[in-house]
Amino acid sequence: MKTVPFILAVICAGITISLIVSLDVQLPAGGSKTPRLGYFLSPAKGFWQNAEPVNEDFNGELKLQNLHGNAEVYFDERLVPHVYADNEHDAFFIEGYLHAKFRLWQMDFQTRAAGGRLSEIMGDSSNGTNFLKVDKFFRRLGMVYAAENSLKTIEADPETKAVYDAYAEGVNAYINTLDESSYPFEYKLLNYKPELWTNLKSALFLKYMSLDLAGFEEDFEKTNAKSIFTKEQYAALFPYGHDSLDPIIPKATPLPKQGVNMTPPATADSLYFTFKRTVAPVEPPIKPDKENGSNNWAVAPSKTKNGAAILCNDPHLSLYLPSLWYEIQLTTPTLNVYGVGFPGAPSVIIGFNDNCAWGFTNAERDVRDYYEVKFKDTTMQQYWYNGSWHQTQFRDEIIKIKDKSSDTEHIAMTVWGPVMYDKSYPDKLNTNKAYACCWKAHSGSNELKTFYKLDHAKNYNDYLDAISTYQCPGQNMLFATKSGDIVLKQQGQFPAKWRGQGDFIMPGDDTSFAWRGFIPDSANLIMHNPERGFVSSANQLPYDTSYPYYLGGTYPMYRGYLINRLLQNMNNITVDDMKHLQTNNYNVFAEMARPVLLKYINENNLNSNEKKYLDVFKSWNLYNDSNQAGATVFSLWWDSLMTTTYSDEFSQSSLPLPWPEQTTLLDGIIKDSTAYLFADNTNTSEKETTADNINIAFKKITDTLMHLDLLHKLEWGRFKESGMRHLLRIPALSKLKLPSGGGRNIINAYTQFHGPSWRMVVELTDKINAYGIYPGGQSGNPGSKYYDMFISDYLPGNYYKLLFANKTEMQQYQQLKGKLIFTKS
Amino acid sequence: MKFLTTIILTALLGYAATLYSAWWSFAITSLIVAVAIHQKPAKAFAAGFIALALLHGIHAMIINSANDGILAQRVANVLPLGGSSFILVLITAFIGGVISGFAALTGSFARSAAR
Repeated sequence: MKTVPFILAVICAGITISLIVSLDVQLPAGGSKTPRLGYFLSPAKGFWQNAEPVNEDFNGELKLQNLHGNAEVYFDERLVPHVYADNEHDAFFIEGYLHAKFRLWQMDFQTRAAGGRLSEIMGDSSNGTNFLKVDKFFRRLGMVYAAENSLKTIEADPETKAVYDAYAEGVNAYINTLDESSYPFEYKLLNYKPELWTNLKSALFLKYMSLDLAGFEEDFEKTNAKSIFTKEQYAALFPYGHDSLDPIIPKATPLPKQGVNMTPPATADSLYFTFKRTVAPVEPPIKPDKENGSNNWAVAPSKTKNGAAILCNDPHLSLYLPSLWYEIQLTTPTLNVYGVGFPGAPSVIIGFNDNCAWGFTNAERDVRDYYEVKFKDTTMQQYWYNGSWHQTQFRDEIIKIKDKSSDTEHIAMTVWGPVMYDKSYPDKLNTNKAYACCWKAHSGSNELKTFYKLDHAKNYNDYLDAISTYQCPGQNMLFATKSGDIVLKQQGQFPAKWRGQGDFIMPGDDTSFAWRGFIPDSANLIMHNPERGFVSSANQLPYDTSYPYYLGGTYPMYRGYLINRLLQNMNNITVDDMKHLQTNNYNVFAEMARPVLLKYINENNLNSNEKKYLDVFKSWNLYNDSNQAGATVFSLWWDSLMTTTYSDEFSQSSLPLPWPEQTTLLDGIIKDSTAYLFADNTNTSEKETTADNINIAFKKITDTLMHLDLLHKLEWGRFKESGMRHLLRIPALSKLKLPSGGGRNIINAYTQFHGPSWRMVVELTDKINAYGIYPGGQSGNPGSKYYDMFISDYLPGNYYKLLFANKTEMQQYQQLKGKLIFTKS
Repeated sequence: MKFLTTIILTALLGYAATLYSAWWSFAITSLIVAVAIHQKPAKAFAAGFIALALLHGIHAMIINSANDGILAQRVANVLPLGGSSFILVLITAFIGGVISGFAALTGSFARSAAR
């Protein structure tokens, strides 16, 4: 043994090992952490393995134990799978398998988010996002509690349990094929491993959709508003219904009689409509997008060129990559359906089959309220309810945190629901008050049953049967058949409320402020083959405000108004007409608002720059097309007018307040042009009028307009800078700054990161003639060319012809990207 | 000839090792090759380095080319390397090379020590 070389060998071994170790851990970088660089950059194991060859073929043969029979999957040129299985178990098994194969990380991430488990993989904070806070919000809201309740309901129904089980088996069959070289890209980036799928995860995902669609409320903000506004002011700022409303069920329709007494409780005036007290509002870190909405309509054969009904739907949601939707065709001897579904849940959600088509828009009803709970002492063991102390149940939610010890949320459960806010959960004003969250989505429900039955539906009665059990999130359920039926019903289980109930935080001492049960299904009105030849919904109020139950919520109304106006005048309708309508950028709100602005603007007071932009606005064609600068001027001007009008009143409170709707201001000015209640700026000695405000608001935006002009960002599409963000909001994995038309109040509701998430037009001719597109791609892998391939067609409003083919047609299909053969082993 | 043989053997074994074992398992094969085929320390390091740098570099380039550079470009922005997939390939090659080089150096010294 020679000493010197030995020592050198030990030193070199030390260096080698330290290199390996330091490249095998995550290093801090900025506000987050690097991947394990050695692993991540390894060509044999790391991200390089996710770089899919652009000419990849998706052929393969799989022998799997859990299959009941054999199946074949054909991928078309857009990578849409056409699944032909011997039986339904295998069809849903394969749907799970394919969701996992193309979207596993997304499914994992979304359900972790829903279940308050992001800290487990992201750490308590990363890149400026406080993930622990996000997790606490979801846990305290009762998301896991809600999903567990639904799981019980789902598993009590043998039919849906079988579907869920088959789906989970399929997802897990794929997960079991993975090793560290084949993990999806984001697992490598964030350094964690996939875990097996469960039915609870599917239930969590559906509860996440409930939050997104039936989770919007401003109860704390509105409660705060009571402390600074009088009853009259409040009613003017947040009116119930608007003048230009065109409800889903036309105004003349006879309304149901009130089934339950809807008189507010005797104590309402003293305890509830008080407009005095201040409550500690805790702003939740997550709020569903107020704009979550959708359009859907169907036209009767009498109005179409080919004499077949046409059904159209475009749900508006946050646009992420990977996309929320995954396109698929499922075919068995008992099922033949095409459409989009959610990676994370079985079945086709929006689509069509051999006989009919269906689609949804959100009902926007407020089904989430808060009750103030009085506890006996700080242990919260007992709370006051109906004149006596009641025992509190507790639910411990353990939040695991990466690289740290876990956090436990000790949540008090009351008759109202989980106590979301108490002294242990951020309450900046330290009121020590406790608020329980009462949310329709907490109850066990089986939404999948509706989608599953719709996938199988043949006629109007099947539709009624399919939707009859549906509870939450409430939807406007559109349906059309080859035989020419068109029908629309707002379906869901909606709490029966008296006027104003649940707008504010309610007293939880006794039953007097409880929901009066649920609105009977017979009072959820239906529109079946109406004389006008079409049915439509776009999140506006379902009925006129004389409906006997309170329709609390926020209802955009301009899209619905315009859709009805246009459909009314259309005849000999073709599929192309419907595509144009879905991508229509006409701004009907601006049509109503522009005359008001131009009436009051004093051109003599404008300098040459201001005049120039006013001319842009004047000559604007009222379309929010990508190249229209007038749309930018209008958008900024109206926002500026809102601020000029309301900010003095709203600055009375530094706590969160609800902001009035754009419509409210327009209605207010039109109705009361000389003395609008909020026109005067209370911070100045002069008495401002509406006309003053309109001029002030315009002058305020001139600098911004000039600046935008200089940057060549005056055109609407360049100003709006639309995009689709990756779920981790990493710019390099997102598509950003895309020029696109559309916007708020526009049928093409594409705002910056939110808009039509799936556009579908189905002509119910003998051989179904369907078109669709979503802004993303079938693969969730950022290393695949299929990751974002639809976006370039989506932006200009193009559609793909949907290939609803039988197996023989697919066998002969020229542009196949591959064929997966599943056989039972 | 010995040098070239070492490079080829190191690369082949390194490739095989990482197919079936951890990303860093090539360090062990590089060490074994350096013990088995004894060279002076500088040459051993160079052979180890070149073998893995070439292996990783070429492997990454082949993948990248089949992928039209889609993912490498994204990753080169995430990391951040200004979107240059070329630099990404270089770093990939360098990491393999430097670990392999030191492993081979260890092997060379160990063989000398044992003699």
